[in-house]
Amino acid sequence: MPIQILMPALSPTMEKGNLAKWLKHEGDKVKSGDILAEIETDKATMEFEATDDGTLGKILVQEGTADVAVNTPIAVILSDGESSSDIKASALAAAKAEAPAVSHDAPAAATAAPVIHVAAETDVPEGTEMVIMTVREALRDAMAEEMRSDKDIFVMGEEVAEYQGAYKVTQGLLQEFGAQRVIDTPITEHGFAGLGVGAALAGLKPIVEFMTFNFAMQAMDQIINSAAKTLYMSGGQMGCSIVFRGPNGAAARVAAQHSQDYSSWFSNIPGLTVISPYSAADAKGLLKSAIRYPNPVIFLENEILYGQSFPVPKLDDYTVPIGKAKIARAGDTVTLVSWSMGMSYALKAADELAKEGISAEVIDLRTLRPMDTETVVNSVMKTGRCVVVEEGWQQSGVAAEVAARIMEHAFDYLDAPVGRVSQKDVPMPYAANLEKLTLPSVADVVAAVKAVCYR
Amino acid sequence: MAVAKKKPAASAARGSAPQKSSATKPVSKSAAKPPSKPAAAKPAAANSGSAKSNGVTAGLLPALSREQELAAYKQMLLIRRFEEKAGQMYGMGLIGGFCHLYIGQEAVVVGMQMALEDGDQVITGYRDHGHMIACDMDPKGVMAELTGRRGGYSKGKGGSMHMFSVEKGFYGGHGIVGAQVSLGTGLALANRYRGNDRVSLAYFGDGAANQGQVYESFNMAELWKLPVIYIIENNRYAMGTSVTRSSAQTDFSKRGISFNIPGEKVDGMDVRAVKDAGERAVKWCREGNGPFILEMMTYRYRGHSMSDPAKYRTREEVEKVRGEQDPIEQVRLRLIETKRATEDDLKKIDAQVRAVVNDAAEFATNDPEPDPSELWTDVVR
Repeated sequence: MPIQILMPALSPTMEKGNLAKWLKHEGDKVKSGDILAEIETDKATMEFEATDDGTLGKILVQEGTADVAVNTPIAVILSDGESSSDIKASALAAAKAEAPAVSHDAPAAATAAPVIHVAAETDVPEGTEMVIMTVREALRDAMAEEMRSDKDIFVMGEEVAEYQGAYKVTQGLLQEFGAQRVIDTPITEHGFAGLGVGAALAGLKPIVEFMTFNFAMQAMDQIINSAAKTLYMSGGQMGCSIVFRGPNGAAARVAAQHSQDYSSWFSNIPGLTVISPYSAADAKGLLKSAIRYPNPVIFLENEILYGQSFPVPKLDDYTVPIGKAKIARAGDTVTLVSWSMGMSYALKAADELAKEGISAEVIDLRTLRPMDTETVVNSVMKTGRCVVVEEGWQQSGVAAEVAARIMEHAFDYLDAPVGRVSQKDVPMPYAANLEKLTLPSVADVVAAVKAVCYR
Repeated sequence: MAVAKKKPAASAARGSAPQKSSATKPVSKSAAKPPSKPAAAKPAAANSGSAKSNGVTAGLLPALSREQELAAYKQMLLIRRFEEKAGQMYGMGLIGGFCHLYIGQEAVVVGMQMALEDGDQVITGYRDHGHMIACDMDPKGVMAELTGRRGGYSKGKGGSMHMFSVEKGFYGGHGIVGAQVSLGTGLALANRYRGNDRVSLAYFGDGAANQGQVYESFNMAELWKLPVIYIIENNRYAMGTSVTRSSAQTDFSKRGISFNIPGEKVDGMDVRAVKDAGERAVKWCREGNGPFILEMMTYRYRGHSMSDPAKYRTREEVEKVRGEQDPIEQVRLRLIETKRATEDDLKKIDAQVRAVVNDAAEFATNDPEPDPSELWTDVVR
């Protein structure tokens, strides 16, 4: 049967084009790959190749014709043994190709975002012994416990093995698990993040430590484009179970390039799960959950919190569910929302406020994505006022997201606009006094709470 | 349909001198490992022999068996016809977005695949349809992904640049230039970690070869002796920029020198040369000697993507390569000249290949789009 050649679309946006020139003429032999014609689009002149062997039987659109619609028949190719008498008028009349109509309006009902169900927190039985330990030790124990139970888990990063961790979070892991599972990398964040993701795509469960998350900027492409998106791009066929962890946020006197909070950056990305704990118990329980989680997790720690001590339940397998906020302190006048280092300001501010008769409920988000909106909204429905404390910058920040969700879900319950306390909108200065001025303080939180309480 | 891979554990003991492939003899895994260092001298980049028209010198190439020639012919033809059909369907508006065709480069993936065993892994960039077909992925599933339909390998959510098949050892399909090099090195890290003797192939172009993470990966791969073959498909142009305008060192086989990674320049238009070099590289990696670089001298006939008019090169240049070095034509002529196949035999293969491609196109045209509920699935699991 004669083969119709259709006006091709030569770019994603092309709807019509000019048939500039025929390079083959009626009666010419054509082979697959031969250039048939030149087509002018709005952007360029393109060569158009034959994809079938045969003879150019008839040219239907003469050269020089402008504005030929895509899919219009422009010529007919005859196979061996066919002649121009085989070109039936009816075949030519079938103007448009049989490209099936594709409906692009998806029914709205089917596109509601799924609700995320959160597993219950591990029950801590009455009388469980609490051990006082630092956040650093809690993180180390979490990794060690998980590595003991699953041989597919390994740790890689700069100075994680022989040096015992730049911040000593991986202390002792090399001695217990050996160099095969605790791997010192060269200083090449982009490269080793990519290796980690590749190993995860092959089914292993890497824990990739960044000496600080500031250096993860070098690896951003692998984290976002490879780790976060592959499960979706593969239609669920292939994903990666990987934890990227390390200190995030302001450290002390290390200036602009080593003191940044990336909470809002990572929590913008679907496909990533973002965890940022405050206490040692949450650090341990959440890191264990993160390592078991079959998806990429960004685990944002804080250098200043590493040395702080908290009670941790002495249980064989203490885990904390991902995606569940915690009411760290109950109250009924105002809701304070924070996470990680911000919690230390919020809790101290709550103490101060209590002295003045203001009862603050303090919520530790713990997981930033998926965010536990319900716990925050329920509290705000009770208090009618809210201040969010974020160590990072305000614009496009996590506090802005919390405020937006409260507006969407509890607008009628609000007695005042949601307040935000955050880092000043400047790069981190080095000088001690300026650094202090830049970061949120307990006094800032107290002042913000008084403002939303109109006191 | 696919070129048969060798069975695992049939790693062949071969010297550096050219031999017939029939001279390979199975060696037990335990005998093949651990690597015997003295014997594993770095392979010579070139043997004395005839100079090829694209500047690659190679020794006498081991001949392929009739079955191998026919299989290679059929597989390369399938890739070409598939890509031509994809181009046609793009022209009809059935395929959207970016679409990078592999036409002209077919011998690279087909030759390399002949050097692999089951369980070895392949990863590449966005010019990936040929790799998928060479990995024996179903042309229907690939074409349906191109048209964004539910029967596509990624349920229509990935498109031309993002397809995967863990079952077939194909790890994508990656859209960011160079990212697959680190990822492929990570596949090798996983193989080393598990203590198996699988090899991963990380394909990338002459353009990607200038990306920083490539060298970060080279460093770690050699440092940790990871079994990864870096296959640089040098098709002379990174989109519209020729290698001479983008690269200080245009001999990509030398890009591993400062890391002590051996490299070899290969006539990527000759499937025999690809298979031969591939076998040397695979052996090197499988024996635990670390990574290997193969620079494949190849050429793409079409533009960088569908909307590239390719004004940075002459029509004569394209016609010259197509006329003198076409990878499929080379095999076709050999089969005819050696009387291993008749024109009729080859016509039958052509018809079979066209039928497969037409079936794929038919399926990809009529398969429904993904259900709207798929919008929300596979973000996390």
